Amino acid sequence: MRPTTEVELSEMIRSTAATVVVRGGGTRALGRAEGPVLETGGLAGVRLYEPGALTLVARAGTPLAEIEALLAGERQRLAFEVPDLRGLLGRDGASTIGGVVAANASGPRRVQAGACRDSLLGVRFVDGAGMVVKNGGRVMKNVTGYDLVKLMAGSRGTLGVLTEVSLRVQARPEAEVTLVADCGEKAGGIEAGLAALRSALGSPFEVSGAACAGGRALLRVEGMAGSVAYRAAALRKRLGGAWGEAADGPALWAAVRDVSAFAGRAGSVWRLVVTPSEAGRIVTTLSGEAVIDWGGGLIWLLTEAGQGAAVRAAVGRHGHATLARASEGDAGTALHPPELPAVARLSSGLRAAFDPRVIFAQGGKI
Amino acid sequence: MDMPAPSQAILDQKPAIVAALRQVLPADAVIDAPEETRAYECDALSAYACPPLAVVLPRTTEEIAAALKTCHQMGVPVVPRGSGTSLAGGALPTADCVVLGIGRMNRVLEVDYDNRFIRVEAGRTNLAVTGAVEEDGFFYAPDPSSQLACAIAGNIAMNSGGAHCLKYGVTTNNLLGVTLVQMDGTVVEIGGPWMEAGGLDLLGVICGSEGQLGVVTEATLRILPKPEGARPVLVAFGSNEVAGACVSDIIKAGILPVAIEFMDRPCIRACEAFAHAGYPDCEALLIIEVEGSEAEIAEQLARIKAIALSHQPLEFREAADEDQARRIWLGRKSAFGAMGQINDYMCLDGTIPVSSLPHVLRRIGEMSAEFGLDVGNVFHAGDGNMHPLILYDANKPGDLARCEAFGAEILKLCVEVSGCLTGEHGVGIEKRDLMAVQFAAQDLEAQMRVKDVFDPTWLLNPAKVFPLAASAGRRAG
Repeated sequence: MRPTTEVELSEMIRSTAATVVVRGGGTRALGRAEGPVLETGGLAGVRLYEPGALTLVARAGTPLAEIEALLAGERQRLAFEVPDLRGLLGRDGASTIGGVVAANASGPRRVQAGACRDSLLGVRFVDGAGMVVKNGGRVMKNVTGYDLVKLMAGSRGTLGVLTEVSLRVQARPEAEVTLVADCGEKAGGIEAGLAALRSALGSPFEVSGAACAGGRALLRVEGMAGSVAYRAAALRKRLGGAWGEAADGPALWAAVRDVSAFAGRAGSVWRLVVTPSEAGRIVTTLSGEAVIDWGGGLIWLLTEAGQGAAVRAAVGRHGHATLARASEGDAGTALHPPELPAVARLSSGLRAAFDPRVIFAQGGKI
Repeated sequence: MDMPAPSQAILDQKPAIVAALRQVLPADAVIDAPEETRAYECDALSAYACPPLAVVLPRTTEEIAAALKTCHQMGVPVVPRGSGTSLAGGALPTADCVVLGIGRMNRVLEVDYDNRFIRVEAGRTNLAVTGAVEEDGFFYAPDPSSQLACAIAGNIAMNSGGAHCLKYGVTTNNLLGVTLVQMDGTVVEIGGPWMEAGGLDLLGVICGSEGQLGVVTEATLRILPKPEGARPVLVAFGSNEVAGACVSDIIKAGILPVAIEFMDRPCIRACEAFAHAGYPDCEALLIIEVEGSEAEIAEQLARIKAIALSHQPLEFREAADEDQARRIWLGRKSAFGAMGQINDYMCLDGTIPVSSLPHVLRRIGEMSAEFGLDVGNVFHAGDGNMHPLILYDANKPGDLARCEAFGAEILKLCVEVSGCLTGEHGVGIEKRDLMAVQFAAQDLEAQMRVKDVFDPTWLLNPAKVFPLAASAGRRAG
């Protein structure tokens, strides 16, 4: 199924009895969902772009690349630094903006600019009963009615099919500096590197990236040239002599963002969202290799199969872990952690409210 | 504005309801004497008032759960109340409801600078959250004008903003976790000191749900390191259009001031007469504040100055010292008081795309003449959040109704230019009956289904947000 209008989409959903898998660019696996595919690529095109108001409205099937090129032409960008996980997940295809929103896909700049959901101003979607719903709008401050915009971000096609999204965009800074320090792969080194990241994030120097991967700790500052130079120097003074400027900053951040270190390598990949100061303990407790972002708040872990129980035990009450890529040995491992009963009741209630006939495949149930 | 008629059955049951609440709460946590419940008859939208059946003032999440469970079992509506500073009537009671005040829950539970969060009981005031961390160089970013009094619970219920949200976002962007009690007494823990709560974004839908989905008793909030310094400039223009174009150019240039405030001529004059801040006599005035070190402030202000000068302002005033900076903010900060000196006023809160600013201001001027009521505009220009202040005389018969009709026309205009009815105050009862201007029936239906999930019997703050006709089939009675 490949609708080209919202009305057509609504009719398709109303008339289907089968479970469908909603797909944007097909770049992110929707868990283990199976069934006929409903493609959003026919609902494409930028509807409105006002650089002076920092707003963009696009149909959900619009290719991400088209939006990024349009924004680049006005020296603007999406603030949340969309990860490209095709290499990691072993998929091809071209991301759509609707898929990005449905996955709430957010990269290293999340520590400063927030996630995709924080840039999302409005949505239009068709729910599982075929009802067309609008929520939010195209202005930055809007508390009119309930915020279903946030609810749709990250709902992975389980509540409805996005047809249009409005986003706040950001001016591209004129300068950026990446600071780097070798911290090694040993426990003590990683702990020290992570402590430095947290210290930087607790400073007034507006860090826009804080990661630890491949034996190196990374920090980024962006903005006006003079300001960036000032803040980079202030951070080096604060953190001590081990820190220097990296020559290849943008490439380093792209690698962290896309978790390129694990692309094409055997094993399962876990995605852990945790209290930042717990990151060091968690990665040194577990076997495997880690790419740590968000100042410790996000851990990508490459392990052999069968580590699910150990991963969830290490996280404990300090966050949650999702199996992002399952190797063969993890084919039966639950992707998502069990929810607390009260939360599970609300989540399943919302799914039933928006998808009463269970039309949307929920193999990737979240 | 209508409210549903109170249920006679509930009114008749008052002694039994109060007795049941006293069974589960300490003696001093239940108020039912009419002379005492009267203190809770309204919030900051004081044109409407109604004493509740009773008031409960619990001290713990367990007490709140017990009170809600009791009301749920007896079919009694509950109106949650933070500090009662809502400008939209979010905490307006009905005669048959129990008001649940959260003000006694105001402790700091945990401060963690390493992970940059604070966990508080939700009755704590907004300013007291910053107060708990500022000596150590941190602050809580959302800063509604009522921050001295307003409670975090109310901020979460209304998704409050403030002058500095252009840079730091509103409540929903700074909220990491909550303890929520549902109407049936179920306690739900969502999120924590990590960056995403996981699963469906329940936190996102709870924030801004106007106390209709549950009562937030504890909150984990993101705190930020304080900037090294901040400084405002004042720019005066001969027309609203040019001031609006200047705002747009600054934003487009990639400069992110922490605040861009806009005042129009009626407001400038009122403020000047009231506060004597030394503002220039002009059509429109911008106050732009930037943050950072001395060098960073200078760098940003130089860019802003270059952009502003390209629009031929009547004046570009920089602050040479702290006192001059204070005087630049003085008039803006006394705007509401200044307008209040002239007459009673109603404060609106619609948001518009920044590009529509000149058109909307011109139309508001024309409507002001048509309705015969003066209006001053003072607002957060960077994000298009308007605050027209309509002046009226509460003692003059018909003036309030005329003012409300004028206000409704302004809000319809905001929607017409692709904006919205409310940017930070919330819908409450004030904009409830205008919701159909912005939303189609199915848009409201989708929102009401969310309430069905959290509060199936619609007992929590039931007569708010949705037009009464739209919610009639769901509400009890």
